[in-house]
Amino acid sequence: MRSSESRLRFVSGELSDLGALPDVVDVAAPRSISQRARDVVAHRSLLANLVRRDLRVRYKGSVLGFFWSLLNPAMYLVVFSFVFTVFLPARVPLFGIFMLSGLLIWNFFNGSLAAASNSIVENRALVQKVWFPREILPLAALGSALINMFLQAVVLVIGSLAFRNAPDVRALPLVIYAVIATAVLAAGLGILLSALTVEYRDVSHLLDVGMTAWFWMSAVVFPFGAVAVKLGENQWLAFLNPMLAPILAFQRALYDPAPSLPGETPIIPEESLAWYYGRVSITLAIGVVILFIALRVFARREDSFGDQL
Amino acid sequence: MTSNAIEVVDVSKRFVLSHAGPSSLKERFVSRSASPRGEDTDLWALKGVSLEIERGETFGLLGHNGSGKSTLLKCIARTLRPTTGTIRTVGRVAALLELGAGFHPELTGRENVSLNASILGLDEAEAESRLPDVFGFAELAGFEDTPVKHYSSGMFARLGFSVAMHLEPDTLLVDEVLSVGDESFQRKCLGEVRRFQREGRTIVVVTHSADMVRHVCDRAAVLDHGELQMVGPPPAAIRTLRELLNKRGLEIPREMGSAANLEQAQAIVFTDVQLRYNDPQRPWLNPGDPLEIVVSYDASQPMDDVAVAMEIHDSGGNRLLGVNSDLLDSAPNSVDGTGTVVIRLESVPLLGGSYSIALGLHNHDVSVSYDHREEAASFRVENSTPLDGRVQIPVSIRW
Ligand SMILES: Nc1ncnc2c1ncn2[C@@H]1O[C@H](COP(=O)(O)OP(=O)(O)OP(=O)(O)O)[C@@H](O)[C@H]1O
Ligand SMILES: [Mg+2]
Repeated sequence: MRSSESRLRFVSGELSDLGALPDVVDVAAPRSISQRARDVVAHRSLLANLVRRDLRVRYKGSVLGFFWSLLNPAMYLVVFSFVFTVFLPARVPLFGIFMLSGLLIWNFFNGSLAAASNSIVENRALVQKVWFPREILPLAALGSALINMFLQAVVLVIGSLAFRNAPDVRALPLVIYAVIATAVLAAGLGILLSALTVEYRDVSHLLDVGMTAWFWMSAVVFPFGAVAVKLGENQWLAFLNPMLAPILAFQRALYDPAPSLPGETPIIPEESLAWYYGRVSITLAIGVVILFIALRVFARREDSFGDQL
Repeated sequence: MTSNAIEVVDVSKRFVLSHAGPSSLKERFVSRSASPRGEDTDLWALKGVSLEIERGETFGLLGHNGSGKSTLLKCIARTLRPTTGTIRTVGRVAALLELGAGFHPELTGRENVSLNASILGLDEAEAESRLPDVFGFAELAGFEDTPVKHYSSGMFARLGFSVAMHLEPDTLLVDEVLSVGDESFQRKCLGEVRRFQREGRTIVVVTHSADMVRHVCDRAAVLDHGELQMVGPPPAAIRTLRELLNKRGLEIPREMGSAANLEQAQAIVFTDVQLRYNDPQRPWLNPGDPLEIVVSYDASQPMDDVAVAMEIHDSGGNRLLGVNSDLLDSAPNSVDGTGTVVIRLESVPLLGGSYSIALGLHNHDVSVSYDHREEAASFRVENSTPLDGRVQIPVSIRW
């Protein structure tokens, strides 16, 4: 770790140490997980810079800038509201809002993994020329996906205003908790994939296919209530998919459906907020385990990044 | 606390050369089942290298192409990990392995500089405060907000150099990049290197230029096939390098090395070199004396695509003269079997010292080197003039 206090100052050829002793780095020594975490924290301004670079590059030279990234969710909102209210009247009122709530967190997850898996290979010019904690690259990919989620949330806000659908204010902390859990899970998987992609370049193609399948297993375009009824006692099976809980949490807080009438299938589980917190906690726990494994795999593979890129 | 900026202890680096390249799972899978093992060959780019570089020292790394100089530098810069051994560095290390590495073409100069600064671990405020210096030195004031894709390659390189110098690392690693830009910028770069030295920072520089090593470095190391041959003062290092190249007989130019070239390469070789002085009783020169170098060769076949080249070096390895027969429009009609060629220096305007002569035989477009001898011969000049220095420049002083 380098901090500005510990840097040496030199006065006319004489060493004069104004701060603490300079850090001695054993270049070849393996670093512990906690050392790695500290190195990442020490380079947080690089992390911020890489996220900024990513956003700038994406929107540079386009007149509408980040409004383009709103277009995609806005399209979803309009098309799905239209299709499911006019042509296929669904039992889900305000289908556009319902779908966008889940899509928001899914897009964050999906976008993080897609960008993170290529992050090291794409930044090979940097990786080959300078040292910095390599985990920064997949984390920066996650950072820009997170910011994109906030931008896309604007569409949901506008849609909610237009359709007069108020979110459940009491459940808003649940949204934050779901984002944290998803971020930890995405960080773990992203770091893992980024390291594997260096050796196996087709990981990103596999990921494409895998994420499409995962998407349809997550209750984004259909209400989970319908599945829950079919599964009955075996509902827990669906929660093996760690993304289900954050998606439901988003739908619970932002879409906030009215309680179902007797005899009607609920759109999302009609459980207490505590139940939702519990489910998201399981996702968080899975995320932490995966993150830990990912860091170990990453640490082992990172030594050969320079040789293989 | 030692006074070393860098300690390299018994470092070896192995590269695994896989012939297919591990780019896809399918290839991996197929090649695994087809031939279980043995496709990969090991290449030891560094073998048990140990070095200590002191703080404030400017250290040169010399060696032939592929000797492992860049690999060692990358290990110190932590972009490669040594297979065995340890490397300790003190303070902030910046590497100039390639100018402008990490610049993103779509971003402006300012954005790129701030990105580069944060890679070195500087925070936003520190980076911001250095911006004017960085652009001032690079002579790019006014281009801060232009995307670097619109920079010329010289501007790009200048900004890259300037960033590395102005982010004030404790140790700077330089791999053959000090020769970019036009001449005036190069002079500025050298001035900047001097400033670094005055400020007591450490520099490690990889170079093929003997002049550079002689004039900039305090000490130098010579690598040969990944093994450290010697560490010492620049003149001794340059001599070791020349001897190494000489021992091998052939200095293989970068683009050479194929079997076809090697076969051709033996087509004509040197057999003898004699120096002819004005007075055979006096086997040395006085300033301004002529000198003839009589070179004997043996050609195994009739050939006309051949030129003879000669260089004169001083004891510090500086090249004083470089010439070849093509430059003087003196190509042979044809050579076959044994023969001699005479290189006549009408006047050698050197003052005291001893000098070495390097000889080469190559084809006209210099793509094939038939023979090459560093230190093919040497001569001594006795200073019979009242002048001091190296070169006899006619001079008078009038009041
Ligand atoms: N990533 C890599 N994978 C496999 N082999 C490599 C890799 N990098 C370098 N090598 C090999 O290691 C050896 C040393 O290379 P290196 O670049 O250190 O030489 P060098 O002394 O810098 O040469 P030059 O003077 O041409 O720059 C060479 O044989 C090279 O082919
Ligand atoms: Mg090199």
